[in-house]
Amino acid sequence: MSNVRIKVSVNGNVVEHAVESRLTAVDFLRHELRLTGTHVGCEHGVCGACTVIVEGKAVRSCLMFAAQLDGKQVVTVEGLSPEDGELSPLQAAFHKHHALQCGFCTPGMLATAHAFLLEESAPTAERVRDVISGNICRCTGYVGIVDAILEASSHYRKPS
Amino acid sequence: MTAHIGMPVPRREDLRLLAGAGRYVDDVHLDGMLHAAVFRSAWPHGRIRSIDIAAAAALPGVVGVFTHSDFMATLKPIRPRIAAMPGFENFLQLPLATEKVRYVGEPIAVVVAISPYIAEDAASLISVEIETLTSILNWEAANDRSVLIHEHAGTNTSTIEVSRGDTDAAFKAAHYTRREHFTVQRHTAVPMETRGLVAVWDAVEERITVFGITKVPFFNRSTLASMLDLPESAVVMSVADAGGGFGVRGEFYPEDFLIPAIARKLDRPVKWIEDRREHFLATNHSREATCDLEIACDRDGVIVGLRGEVTVNIGAYARGTGGTSPTRCAQFLPGPYRIPNFSCRVNAHVSNKTPAGTYRGPGRVEANFFRERLIDMAATDLGIDPADMRRRNFVTAQEMPFNIGRLVTYEGPAQFDSGDFTAAFERALTEIGWTDKRAIQGRSVEGWYQGIGFASFVESSAGGVKEKARIRLAQDGTLDVYVGSASSGQGHETVFAQVCADALQLPLDNIRVTCASTNELEEGFGTFHSRSAVMSGNAVRTTAYAFVDKLRSIVSDYFGRPNVTIEWRGGRFHRSDTDASADLPTLAAFAEDRGETIDVTGTFDYTGAKPFSYGTHAAHVAVDARTGRVKLIDFIAIEDIGRVLNPLVVHGQALGAIVQGLGGAFMEHLRYDEDGQLLTASLADYLVPTAADFPAIRGEFMELALAPGNPLGAKGAGEGGIVAVAAAVSNAVSAALSSFGVQVVNLPMSPPNLWELIRNSQSKISTS
Amino acid sequence: MAGGQTLVPLLNFRLAAPSILVDINEIEGLDGIELRDDGLNLGALVRWHQIEASRTIQAANPLLSEAIKHIAHYQIRNRGTWAGSCAHADPAAEFPAVAIVSGARFGVYSTRQRRTIEAHDFFVGSLTTVLEPDEILTDVTFPAWPAGRRWAFEEFSLRPGDFAIAGVATLIDGLGDAVSCRLVCFGVGEKPSRLTNAEGIIASEGLARNAIARAAAAAAVEVDAQTDIHASADYRHALVEVLVERTVLCAAGLESPQ
Repeated sequence: MSNVRIKVSVNGNVVEHAVESRLTAVDFLRHELRLTGTHVGCEHGVCGACTVIVEGKAVRSCLMFAAQLDGKQVVTVEGLSPEDGELSPLQAAFHKHHALQCGFCTPGMLATAHAFLLEESAPTAERVRDVISGNICRCTGYVGIVDAILEASSHYRKPS
Repeated sequence: MTAHIGMPVPRREDLRLLAGAGRYVDDVHLDGMLHAAVFRSAWPHGRIRSIDIAAAAALPGVVGVFTHSDFMATLKPIRPRIAAMPGFENFLQLPLATEKVRYVGEPIAVVVAISPYIAEDAASLISVEIETLTSILNWEAANDRSVLIHEHAGTNTSTIEVSRGDTDAAFKAAHYTRREHFTVQRHTAVPMETRGLVAVWDAVEERITVFGITKVPFFNRSTLASMLDLPESAVVMSVADAGGGFGVRGEFYPEDFLIPAIARKLDRPVKWIEDRREHFLATNHSREATCDLEIACDRDGVIVGLRGEVTVNIGAYARGTGGTSPTRCAQFLPGPYRIPNFSCRVNAHVSNKTPAGTYRGPGRVEANFFRERLIDMAATDLGIDPADMRRRNFVTAQEMPFNIGRLVTYEGPAQFDSGDFTAAFERALTEIGWTDKRAIQGRSVEGWYQGIGFASFVESSAGGVKEKARIRLAQDGTLDVYVGSASSGQGHETVFAQVCADALQLPLDNIRVTCASTNELEEGFGTFHSRSAVMSGNAVRTTAYAFVDKLRSIVSDYFGRPNVTIEWRGGRFHRSDTDASADLPTLAAFAEDRGETIDVTGTFDYTGAKPFSYGTHAAHVAVDARTGRVKLIDFIAIEDIGRVLNPLVVHGQALGAIVQGLGGAFMEHLRYDEDGQLLTASLADYLVPTAADFPAIRGEFMELALAPGNPLGAKGAGEGGIVAVAAAVSNAVSAALSSFGVQVVNLPMSPPNLWELIRNSQSKISTS
Repeated sequence: MAGGQTLVPLLNFRLAAPSILVDINEIEGLDGIELRDDGLNLGALVRWHQIEASRTIQAANPLLSEAIKHIAHYQIRNRGTWAGSCAHADPAAEFPAVAIVSGARFGVYSTRQRRTIEAHDFFVGSLTTVLEPDEILTDVTFPAWPAGRRWAFEEFSLRPGDFAIAGVATLIDGLGDAVSCRLVCFGVGEKPSRLTNAEGIIASEGLARNAIARAAAAAAVEVDAQTDIHASADYRHALVEVLVERTVLCAAGLESPQ
């Protein structure tokens, strides 16, 4: 099994690692970098629990290899928390609307919502549902998650 | 002082979960940790002729490969936990297959390696020679007995009968009877986190620590201790976050023995994480049931009798809760209705499918579907408004407590403790707009056939007879509370803090709650049967009062033993003669100076009437008869759960349960081929609802009837949201398609299934 | 491997275990979206989300723009490529059907030669194309969109974003007696297919409602349908009739019963 050297920016920190070529991006983040906030739910690209942000786009990290992160900027859920320990507007909205129960799908939801709201900051509820339809939750029934993302969206709009 | 019970307190668990700082079992990293992969049977039924592990063991990086021969007599059957039916002791599973394999997914060997990737590489190098046997997949084949799955049992089935009143007489004299056959499909919980374990053996202390446990950690500790021949004190179940349970996570599985046993053998920490495909093959299935049901009514629609036969496919082995679904299905068949005469034969049978256990509302989802569909059919036949038919049959609030008879063999006769079933029903009908929408029932609007349906239910809760809690005063005067309930997302850390805060009149922030720590609580009974709010909630309350009593023993000394009344009020002790008071930080320091700890464990014994939650679900659907597509226009779940401890939390439970129920009603299906191979072993094939599927759902709680049987007045809240969903939506779909003569009697109502039903009904109409 | 959204699950399931995997994402010059003289050209590394966001494509091929919205989910569309979808040739994929109905042409490269393959010649069967083992797709060209062209797209899946159980892409050109129709269905058989009998009925009878209904019924019969765990062949036949009727009515600007 060959090794590949990669240099990746993760949550603003540049790290250099030698990785097995078949190491998936999510396993690299979780077990090499110990950023265990991103979760593995299926490994076949359906559940969305592994969603992280690569070069500004929400992607399924179980469907990428660590080797492909070379030279890329990656943001995980750990990078979505403000430095001062407070909750970001998105996190605060999730908290307020009870948008999480077991918390397992939550990092994927947050990464998806954050990347999406940076692209579209005034979505309709239907559009939000469409965008998070690739993130499966078994606990909440989705209502609180959609409400939270809609409430948080106002914080992503630039003042006119 | 603000009351916390009843307030929508946002959850403190959220803070770590939102930051990605939750600690699930796969987040555990220990020095020297090894990784296990389980090699599983690819055949549904067969005799094992040989297992060849040589190539696997020789792979660089592999530390060991274990089969049954590495355990021999120390391999013991996994004992049932509750509700075992007669003969289940002959259907128990050994943690590793020995002579036979009985389902695809059954563990045959465990590989341990330095990385999970290598462990999987090695597992794919194991080869096993199996002499295949005929697969038994359904009741007909099982009951036939020509092929026995467990030879020593002499049978593949187990049967009991329950009843109340005299159904023979009732049916003979009835004005109207109707008999139907219903089926519910095999489906299951599918939590977002698969199962996993980390086990660590401490050779010096001779103690095993296990991560990844939830639901019933104390029971599992006892089970594991017995299987490892260790005292219970040598087994520690370490608390971690769990990504959903819904009944399937936390029962004792083969891996719950294998991973700790192997960790002890190797004297190295061992981690095992199930992948999703394994999860579909190896984690409990549920709900596969058929029911032959017959109803007897008088001419006004009063149900004078209900009788039937329920048959449940429990899979290859009797799991810890394998008997729950069949037996509770029978118990809840009569539902919230008077039905004086009821009898039910309950059959459970083994098959060469994955073993089945409990999944949220076990047996109830099935029972409500069977009964509510038949009531709607009877109402139509009798020309009675389906709403009126329910009204004429509900047990009324005036009749409470209402004796329902002994309808499970492992409990005594039961009683509904309190409730106004009719009030909840009327509320649901108002919310769905029944009066206005009746006009469009069965009509096509812009090509979509409209249907409104409803279903009522009653649901037991607070399983078990007692629960414990422990409260310890920390040095800084804050409190550590330990509860026996295990958490997998239900907000326990917040809700029990609310209960404690109210009982002691303390700020919420001064209280920390730890769930199900076998290290820190002497005995606990876990999370199942919607018991936590009631049992742990009351245990916390009881213990809080005991805590205050314990404090009294030092507060008098603190005040210098004055001959005055000392009162606990507003979170501190007050002398009646002066303004002086003593708060908890002060008393904590005082106690420490004296070398004392204030550490109280209390027990809540449930001696009062067991609480029954209840309610009604109503649905408005629109069906495209050309494709079988169903749009859910509106869904309302009305439930009375007694005192609501945290409305934010229970509302979330209800909505999540509703969506799981809709998934089961419309799309989830564990499908097997004719050989016994699972066809739906991925999330691409087993379809669960996404955010785009069911936006229009609502859940509301009524606090009509506080539970008289416990001081908090609470009833269980975790399962009511699911139990009548399939019943309500299938009634709605049947109403929508009434002009086609369609009656839904089988689930799921996938578009192809409904299309087939419509097509068959149309050909019946055209040939009649 | 480009997007990897289909390949990597196969690897994770250990259904494929290649000894060499080549990541082509860093090849330059393959991600262009250009309006050229001969039509709209997309490089092989153009990802779904780029197609979704492109105003050029919305103007140059509105059918393509619409069809993309039905593909999988948001995160998949951020990585997946049209070329990966075509090379994989899942019978339920949307892009192959849009390519065929549009008369698109694929550019193919190997060290031996470059060649152009018409979309309708490219797909042979389920997961099978005419690509040789040493060839890769480099680009696709959609002919210029004729003035006055009308279109519609509809697919039926069990949940939004799932593989289509059946789908139809419809183009209508011309007016009155000179009207012609191109219909491609996907998700039904081993590969996307033109519904030539249905097209013939529209060509000879025009867009009257009863002609459309007859064309839809003909489409249901002419198509080869598969049975799988999600749907029977019979059901797929029925869906084809419904989808042809609905898309043609929609493209023709006539009100559908739904």
